[in-house]
Amino acid sequence: MQEKELIPQLYRSEFRKITAVLCRLFGIEHISIAEDIVGDTFLLAAETWGFKGIPQNPAAWLYTVAKNKAKDFLKRNAIYNEKVSPAIQLASENTNEVEVDLSSNNIKDSQLQMMFAICYPGIPPESQIGLSLRILCGFSIDEIADAFLTNKETINKRLYRAKEKLKEDKVKIEMPPDAEIDKRIDNVLITLYLLFNEGYYSSSKNAVLSKDLCLEAMRLTYMLAENTSTNKPDVNALLSLMCFHASRFDARIAPDGELILYDDQDISLWNNELITNGEHFLNMAARGNVVSKYHIEAAIAYWHTADKDSPEKWEKVLSLYNRLLIIEYSPIAALNRTYALAKVYGNEAGIAEAEKLKLENSNLYHGLLGELYTGVDNKKAIDHLTTASKLTKAAADRKVILKKIEKLKAG
Amino acid sequence: MKEFALIYRSEPLGEIKLTPEGTMAVSKEWENWMGGIAAQNKLVSPGMRLGNEGRTVKPGNIVTNGPYAEIKEIVGGLSIFRAESIEEATEMAKSCPILNVGGNVEVRDIIQMNAQ
Repeated sequence: MQEKELIPQLYRSEFRKITAVLCRLFGIEHISIAEDIVGDTFLLAAETWGFKGIPQNPAAWLYTVAKNKAKDFLKRNAIYNEKVSPAIQLASENTNEVEVDLSSNNIKDSQLQMMFAICYPGIPPESQIGLSLRILCGFSIDEIADAFLTNKETINKRLYRAKEKLKEDKVKIEMPPDAEIDKRIDNVLITLYLLFNEGYYSSSKNAVLSKDLCLEAMRLTYMLAENTSTNKPDVNALLSLMCFHASRFDARIAPDGELILYDDQDISLWNNELITNGEHFLNMAARGNVVSKYHIEAAIAYWHTADKDSPEKWEKVLSLYNRLLIIEYSPIAALNRTYALAKVYGNEAGIAEAEKLKLENSNLYHGLLGELYTGVDNKKAIDHLTTASKLTKAAADRKVILKKIEKLKAG
Repeated sequence: MKEFALIYRSEPLGEIKLTPEGTMAVSKEWENWMGGIAAQNKLVSPGMRLGNEGRTVKPGNIVTNGPYAEIKEIVGGLSIFRAESIEEATEMAKSCPILNVGGNVEVRDIIQMNAQ
C-alpha cells in the first residue's frame, strides 16, 4: 500500500488511541499537547516514509515515535513547569523513565476514561460532541466543521473554550466510582446519542462522513457495553436503537444522495444483521427494571423494522410514543405520535390532535399536516406542504415535498 | 404559563369489575389522553395513581377507615399540567377518561412553594 493511502487510514485508526493514552498520562490540562504530539508523529511519518519507505510495522513505528515525544515532553515539563500534573510529578520524583503504556488494554481504559471526562456537563453539548469527535474518534477539524455545517475557526474556538473549561474545573480523567457510574453515564449516553443523530439526520452533503459519525457513535457505545462496570441496561438500549436505525442506512439514501422516506424504502436493502444485533441488545437492555427513553425509542425502532403496515404495529408505536412523551417532551416525538395516532384512528382524528401541537414554525409540523390532509382536503394539504417547503433548510427534503405537491396538483 | 393540579375522583375503580381486555382498553384510553397532553408540552408531571386503601386522620386523634370524603368517592390520582389559565386547564380536563366512568376531575391552581 502506498503511504498516501496508508497514513490517512492509520490516522483514523491510531490517532484516537495514542491521543487518549497521552491525555490520560498528561492530565486534562494538556489535551492540546497530547493532540500536537500525535499530530507531529503523523507529520514525521509522512516525511520519513516518503523517502525511507514504509516501516515493517507502521503502527508500532507511530507508537515508538509518540512514546519518545511524550517522554521528551514530560522531562522538559518536569524541569521548568511548576504546575505539574500528578503524572508528571510522579515521573519526576521516581525516575526519568516514564512508562508510556500503549497496550490495547490501556488504550481501551484510557478511551473509556476520556469519554467520561469529555462528557462533562459543565461544557455545552455541541462542545462535548466536538471534543468527542476530535479526541475519541480522531476526526480532523475540517471534518468536524463539515459535520456541523460551520467553519474551522468556529470549531477551533469551540474546542479551545471547552478544553479551557475542563482545565479550569480540574476535571479528572478517571473512571467514576461504581456507585456514581449510573449518574455520570447519563451524560455520556446523551452525547453518544447526539453524536449518532448528528450523523443520521445530518444535513451535511458528505454522506460518507455522516455514516462515519454514526459508526463512531456505535463503536463508543459498544465500548461501554463491553466493559462490565458500564454494561448497563440503558447502554444496551441505546446500542439497540442505533443498530435498528443503522440497519436502514443503505435503504434511506438513493444513489444520487436523495433521501428516501420510510414508506418508499426497499425493504430488501435493510441490513438484517444489524436488525438481529438490535434485537440482541434490546434483550440485554431488558435485564433490570429501568425503562429509559432509549428503551422506548429502541422499541419504536424495532417496530419500524417489522412489517410495514400492520394495525398491531401502529397501536404499539402509538403507545410507545405516548410513554416517551410522558417521560420527556420533544417536538419530533409529538409529531411522530400524531402520525401513529392517525394510522390507528384515521386522518381526521390525527388532524384534530396535530392542530393542538401549535408547532407552526416547524417544517415537519406542516409536512405532517400536509400528509394527513391528503385525501381529506387536498387544498389544505397543498397549503401546508407549500409552507413546509419554505421552512425546510435541507435541499433533499424540499425536493421530496415539492414532488408531493406536484402529485397532489396533478391528481 | 401556570401549573394546575388535576385531581381525579370517582368511585373506587377496583370495585368496577373489568375483564382483562376491559382493563387494557381503560389504560389505553388514559395513555392516549395523557400522551396527547404531553404532545402539547403541557404535562408537568404525570403524577401518580392512588390505591383504594386509605385512612383519614382527623383532629382529636380520630382515624377513620377509607380514603372517602362524605360520599363514597375517592381520589384516584393526580397529575400536574401546564396551562395559561384555569379555563384552559379545565378545557383539557374535559377529555379525561375518568369522566367515562362517572368520575370527575378537580382542577386546582398550584401555589409555588419556592423560597422567598
